[in-house]
Amino acid sequence: MLAKRIIPCLDVKEGRVVKGIQFLELRDAGDPVELARAYDEQGADELVFLDISASHEGRETMVDVVQDVASELAIPFTVGGGIKTLQDMKRLLRAGADKVSLNTSALLDPQLIKAGADYFGSQCIVVAIDAKWDESIGTWRVYTHGGRNPLDKEAVAWAKEAVDLGAGEILLTSMDSDGEKKGFNIALTKAISEAVSVPVIASGGAGQSEDFTEVFTDGKADAALAASIFHYKETSIAEVKAHLKEEGVNVR
Amino acid sequence: MIGIVDYGMGNLFSVSKALERMNVPYIISDNKEQLAHAEALILPGVGAFRDAMKLLNETGLASFITEQVQKGKPILGICLGMQLLFEESEENGLHKGLGLLNGRAVHFSGKDQDGSSYKVPHMGWNKLDFHKQSPLTEELKEDHVYFVHSYYITEHERDTLIASADYFGEVPAVVGKEKVFGMQFHPEKSGDLGVKLLQNYTRYVKSMEVLK
Repeated sequence: MLAKRIIPCLDVKEGRVVKGIQFLELRDAGDPVELARAYDEQGADELVFLDISASHEGRETMVDVVQDVASELAIPFTVGGGIKTLQDMKRLLRAGADKVSLNTSALLDPQLIKAGADYFGSQCIVVAIDAKWDESIGTWRVYTHGGRNPLDKEAVAWAKEAVDLGAGEILLTSMDSDGEKKGFNIALTKAISEAVSVPVIASGGAGQSEDFTEVFTDGKADAALAASIFHYKETSIAEVKAHLKEEGVNVR
Repeated sequence: MIGIVDYGMGNLFSVSKALERMNVPYIISDNKEQLAHAEALILPGVGAFRDAMKLLNETGLASFITEQVQKGKPILGICLGMQLLFEESEENGLHKGLGLLNGRAVHFSGKDQDGSSYKVPHMGWNKLDFHKQSPLTEELKEDHVYFVHSYYITEHERDTLIASADYFGEVPAVVGKEKVFGMQFHPEKSGDLGVKLLQNYTRYVKSMEVLK
């Protein structure tokens, strides 16, 4: 059977890895290729690079980062952030990325998911969803632009729509949990995972090994993503995997 | 030298970088004369079976590959490249493959024996079970490799199955008959074991050359 995947996430800005809390307060966390290599050695199953560069130069740097990572690593990786066109996807996939992750651009133009899936295959197209609980509608609402703009869209419905359009995987971030280190959002993860036929990567809130067990068993996630707890060595991938094994979760 | 067949569909960068890290000389080419000079071929592939076969037929690479294999040149198909080695696939309607191995590619049903649904594609790390001895798996231990696919091979000859993975049934993962080999997963993305599997292929190619 498939092993549950542990995925470190590297937020890359102008060629450096940074990390914030609830999408704010960025801190420098190192060189992306060095961190990627270290995570590969520690047993990461996959990597996600989110390009949060605002400038054009930062974007160009990202293509170089992708190429360097692909040259040195033998594990799959996804690149997201600021991808707006089929051409953007092509450049990153040609540079060696295995998958691209679409977020805001997919919400503004859902046909972009279909175009990407038709051209490169669904397995290359990840749709990232930033969701936050909204008491007024009694469910999770989708946000664009790195969590800044609320949309009149409900997370579960959007996940289903994205998969119908050809998304091969959902990268689900709970904005309520992100950076808080109090555990993944189990209810949200379970709701999305049960609603779609493709793998779901849970993101936001990882604080300790137990959180991973919970998101795989109760949350029904296929993969779990974390950033700061790995960057700042609060725990290691090996430690998380050892715990998961003890709890009977299948890991590599 | 290994010839990586470039027909416009495939993760050529990762495969070539993996060979580079192993210091194995290679060329990436769609040129038959150049590829004819290679000691062995790698047929990569990401995308749809129909489109891939269409490109291989249009460029004449399909008949070129068949000729080369008949002359005794080793070939390794990776992911979609492995499925192309078989007789046919039911992806987007029935389409003929290269027919170098017996068997066909069919879609994962998405329903287990009890009728509950499971996720397709088969995506992620799965453990290999070795079935028979092969130069590809020599001295290697059963471990996880990285899969991404929605179609799998069935109706194959039992003795072509070198390794399989379990995903709601037996999924052929490494196949081989004489000098035709296939890997359903991505060895170039499968960490240590993937590198070693590729290394074993290139070592096998070298040993074939020595015998000549």
